[in-house]
Amino acid sequence: MRRTYVQTTLNGEVIDFLCEPRQSLLEVLRDELGLTGTKEGCNNGNCGACSVLIDDRVVNSCCVLGVEAEGSEITTIEGVAEGERLHPLQQAFLEEAALQCGVCTPGFIVAAKALLDSEPRPDEARVRHWLAGNLCRCTGYDKIVRAVLKASEMEEVSV
Amino acid sequence: MTTTEKPDYKVIGTRPIRPDGVEKVTGKALYGADIHLPDLVHGAVLRSPYAHARILSIDTSAAQAMPSVLAVVTHKDLPVVSDKAVDTGEGMTTASDMSQNVLAAGKALYRGHAIAAVAAASAHEAFTALDAIKVEYEPLPPVLDVRDAMREDAPLLDESRHTKTPDRQLSEKPSNIAAHNHFEGGDVEKAFAEADAVVEREFDTKMVHQGYIEPHNGTANWNPDGTLTVWTSTQGAFAVRSALAELLQLPVSRIRVIPMEIGGGFGGKIGVYLEPVAALLSRKCGRPVQLTMDRTDVFQATGPTSGGHMKGKLAVKDGVITAAEVSLAFEAGAFPGSPVMAGAMCMLSPYEVANFKVDAYDVVVNKPKVAAYRAPGAPNAAFCVEQLIDELARASKADPLAFRLANSAHEGTRMITGVAHPRVGHEETVQAAQASGHYQSPIEGPNRGRGVASGFWFNAGMQSSVVASVNPDGTVNLIEGSTDIGGTRAALAMQLAETLGIPYDNVRPTVVDTDSVGHNDVTGGSRTAYASGQAVYEAGLDIQRQMVTRAAQLWECEAEDVEFADGALRRTSGGEETLTFAELAGKQMETGGPLQGRGSVVARSPGAAYGVHVVDVEVDPDTGKVDILRYTIAQDVGTAVHPSYVEGQMQGGVVQGIGWALNEEYYYGEDGRMENASFLDYRMPTSLDLPMIDTIIVEVPNPGHPYGVRGVGEVPIVPPLAAIANAIHDATGHRFTELPISPRHVVEELHNLR
Amino acid sequence: MKQIEYLAPASLGEVYAALQNGKTSAFLAGGTDIIVQLREGRKQVDQLIDVKHIPDLMRYGWTGDGGLEIGASVPFAEIYEDAEIARRLPCVIDCAMLVGGIQIQSRACFGGNIGNSGPAADTVPALIALGATLTLGSRDGTRDLPLEEFFTGPGQNVLAPGEVIVKVNIPPQPANSGAFFHRFIPRNEMDIAVVNVGARLDLDAARERIEGARVSVGAVAPTPLFVAAAGEALAGQAPTAEAFAQAADIAADAATPITDMRGSIAQRVHLTRVLTIRALQQALERAREAQES
Repeated sequence: MRRTYVQTTLNGEVIDFLCEPRQSLLEVLRDELGLTGTKEGCNNGNCGACSVLIDDRVVNSCCVLGVEAEGSEITTIEGVAEGERLHPLQQAFLEEAALQCGVCTPGFIVAAKALLDSEPRPDEARVRHWLAGNLCRCTGYDKIVRAVLKASEMEEVSV
Repeated sequence: MTTTEKPDYKVIGTRPIRPDGVEKVTGKALYGADIHLPDLVHGAVLRSPYAHARILSIDTSAAQAMPSVLAVVTHKDLPVVSDKAVDTGEGMTTASDMSQNVLAAGKALYRGHAIAAVAAASAHEAFTALDAIKVEYEPLPPVLDVRDAMREDAPLLDESRHTKTPDRQLSEKPSNIAAHNHFEGGDVEKAFAEADAVVEREFDTKMVHQGYIEPHNGTANWNPDGTLTVWTSTQGAFAVRSALAELLQLPVSRIRVIPMEIGGGFGGKIGVYLEPVAALLSRKCGRPVQLTMDRTDVFQATGPTSGGHMKGKLAVKDGVITAAEVSLAFEAGAFPGSPVMAGAMCMLSPYEVANFKVDAYDVVVNKPKVAAYRAPGAPNAAFCVEQLIDELARASKADPLAFRLANSAHEGTRMITGVAHPRVGHEETVQAAQASGHYQSPIEGPNRGRGVASGFWFNAGMQSSVVASVNPDGTVNLIEGSTDIGGTRAALAMQLAETLGIPYDNVRPTVVDTDSVGHNDVTGGSRTAYASGQAVYEAGLDIQRQMVTRAAQLWECEAEDVEFADGALRRTSGGEETLTFAELAGKQMETGGPLQGRGSVVARSPGAAYGVHVVDVEVDPDTGKVDILRYTIAQDVGTAVHPSYVEGQMQGGVVQGIGWALNEEYYYGEDGRMENASFLDYRMPTSLDLPMIDTIIVEVPNPGHPYGVRGVGEVPIVPPLAAIANAIHDATGHRFTELPISPRHVVEELHNLR
Repeated sequence: MKQIEYLAPASLGEVYAALQNGKTSAFLAGGTDIIVQLREGRKQVDQLIDVKHIPDLMRYGWTGDGGLEIGASVPFAEIYEDAEIARRLPCVIDCAMLVGGIQIQSRACFGGNIGNSGPAADTVPALIALGATLTLGSRDGTRDLPLEEFFTGPGQNVLAPGEVIVKVNIPPQPANSGAFFHRFIPRNEMDIAVVNVGARLDLDAARERIEGARVSVGAVAPTPLFVAAAGEALAGQAPTAEAFAQAADIAADAATPITDMRGSIAQRVHLTRVLTIRALQQALERAREAQES
């Protein structure tokens, strides 16, 4: 099978890659582009660990084909911090101990970023509703919800 | 709530940011599936479509002939291993059972049992090549229910298996009951005869999965010189190394296991599944091979925890629990090794019960071999006993917490094993729950109810080993071998900083591979902050001693005239000299060379943990749905090293328990297929299903640890199943004895639909 | 996954041509089902036709007479973020907000949910209650049909080879009408419906008597059900609890569910009754609040 040429904007940078049509965006990010921050938890759209933003909307990258990325703007967990400056969500997750094993964390941060980008001051119920597509098995969500609420009140911070 | 004056700790009890935190929130941390090696190829595993079948033949020739295929392996590629018992770090098994679970030999014992594996250039190619492997099966009737499996006429999973009886004999006839254990004390019959009230019920629970978000993975590189390197997400790199040495019959020193970051385990990432298969494939194709599971594989072919059938009978006289007769039968899955003994030994441990009779049966069924899951066995057993306790309290017209307090175990109380409790904190924990704002508040409104339950877990000790190197600038590198699943790097660095009297930020912990540090048992059994913490403390004392000697050498005085305190050295007689930790660290070359502290322990006094939970629920009587309105957990943690991570363990355990209570189950078809093997239909709680989980940290210091630390991770999952059932009973008047208490079961019960 | 070809046609004409090229095809819109089905071997096709680059399928808007047309591939999130739809057709929002989590809603669409033709599809009872029709297109032109006539079995429908779902048409709703979609799942999100119900009530001008009603139930039969008899029983009655209970009994009688990992027969029949009553009550509230639109 010939590989398809795809051009896209990834974390603010115009890039291109070759992929097979059967490869998901998740596979392309991890296996072809070496961005392993986006995690596979279920590979069928039910856990949110592979959350990325496509054109500012949060999606499960396991349910997107790599070829569909043509012409779009993609943000992954690797693009959330700006250089040494952590995003408020990242800082709040650290301060609130909102991660234990950390494997769901990239997905939560990306999904929560999509929320705060569109609704800067959500309440607890809204945060819980928005994050229902992201499974965490370690924390019971308490500290994650607190971290997102805290981040919504923070300015950007330096590491 | 602290029961004794707490020492004036400087680091312990604070909430610093974990050393691995930034890597984990920026996506840079490398988990097992993130490893990319030069020349890496990928594998896929062919799994049995039958729950029980004889494997008549496996023809791999067509797959082997495919140009994309680099290697194919089956059980024949594993060396023959003995029946010898192997301690996996959290439970015993045998080498041959382990080997047959890795790749089926002769029989497929559960749907998803690994039959063969392929390596190819890409995972897609490997997966596609599986179709070319021809397996001839003779399907056999599957045995899926524990009570069916125990019947004399049940189909046998293994015709050569006999029951290990309580008197340590083997049963005459072969059986699916792998073991029967019995505990007895006092005079149960007399106590029942004299009781004010006796309650008796039967309970059923289903298999449930740990549900860690990261699927299993294993990457192996078998070198032509016979050395093997394995990268994996595991709770215990040394446990993986031992298992591989046994399965592959290699000297331990030839195997290097590199623990990657691990995306959750809860007991389920101790055993090996993919690692030995990746090793065999790598040996055959001469390239590093990576295997990963998909979610269906994780559900069908790793180790959930047991479901089972329980029968309990308890008696009360004058407000005192006088007798308990409990029989537990747990599904072990395809090979022996359910946690039924742990359940049996935990369930009565919050109480003083003079007369008891307990039977525990370990039963094989055609389901995946169970693995440890957070306080294995204890939640199921508590689901039985803590509901009966609730009924006894009602029969005695007592407040359920006051009843528990009145009957509480304390220092000196003997468990059913005959072992006496050391200083334990059940009473303090009950009192903390009683005093909580939650328990003090009224529960009002229709269809609402409140439930409580207590839980006990032993906690584990076992072996840990660390090395700490002092750097010339006064910072310290801590080299440890406990894989970090939830903040143990921080908890260990904090204990070293406390011991050395230096700031937390000056200690940099690293989890290293099996070549680079002494043996460490698994991160499991709630042991790491306790046992590895003790090793860290020993390493700190070792550094202290060496620094004292070196300071004495510099000051030309006796070592006993030098004191190490608050991160500084001070001459206590014959002079006034002082040196800070950093100052002396800068003088290593002139005082004897590089300064390293070592700590190696067999930790023997883990200090048991108790939790007491209070939960309010609301039941929709029309749909059967149960909402958790409010949840409070009080727990004796000994000393909270990092209170945020302690709270996190409590909250996480509770929420796994909520899932187990309300919705989670292995749902089997009659053919032995798990029909809900996805995160869509195996319904773990989402953020929208829960309130905040309130925590009350009770600190009854563990006398067996220098800082009073007790394990905290497991006991929070023990009470929720029973606490929620008790709350639902309070709300509806119906006693639910079968898990999960799903909307289906509730609505069928409330509306008589069964 | 087996190898597959990917096409991204820019017009319906190109789609029709691709459907005639001799290869087996599936449509790729949100991808939240088809990609997983292909990966897990539950479906196998030669080519995936991405239907998100066709302007006709990616737009939605109001018709001159007050109806709403939604292109088959418009993601749910775009629909439920539309304040005008939320105000005028809240029942559309009810269902669009329930399919999967936020990640799914960013991509999943009405065309996909309907085209999959699952018995539990969450958009379908809502749309049937609203009296929606589908526009199907092929090389030979287009045809419209009531949504309830689209489904023929689990995963099966009347779509002919070479045909594609172009849009959903929601007709202008009667004055003094309200509709509501209600789903029961064991969790609060991220589940397939155990039962779902869409209901519309049309009141008279005084808002005291029911002029007409539509009830649709999902997950209780091989296809989503339009229970016309329930609506007919309500017509002419006052919107009372008794009337709703009677309609709910009719809906429950129409249910022929199965027992599976998501629910039992008895539970589903019971829930059909419960949800129908709840949906009618909520529809009544909306009808009473409804402004002339």
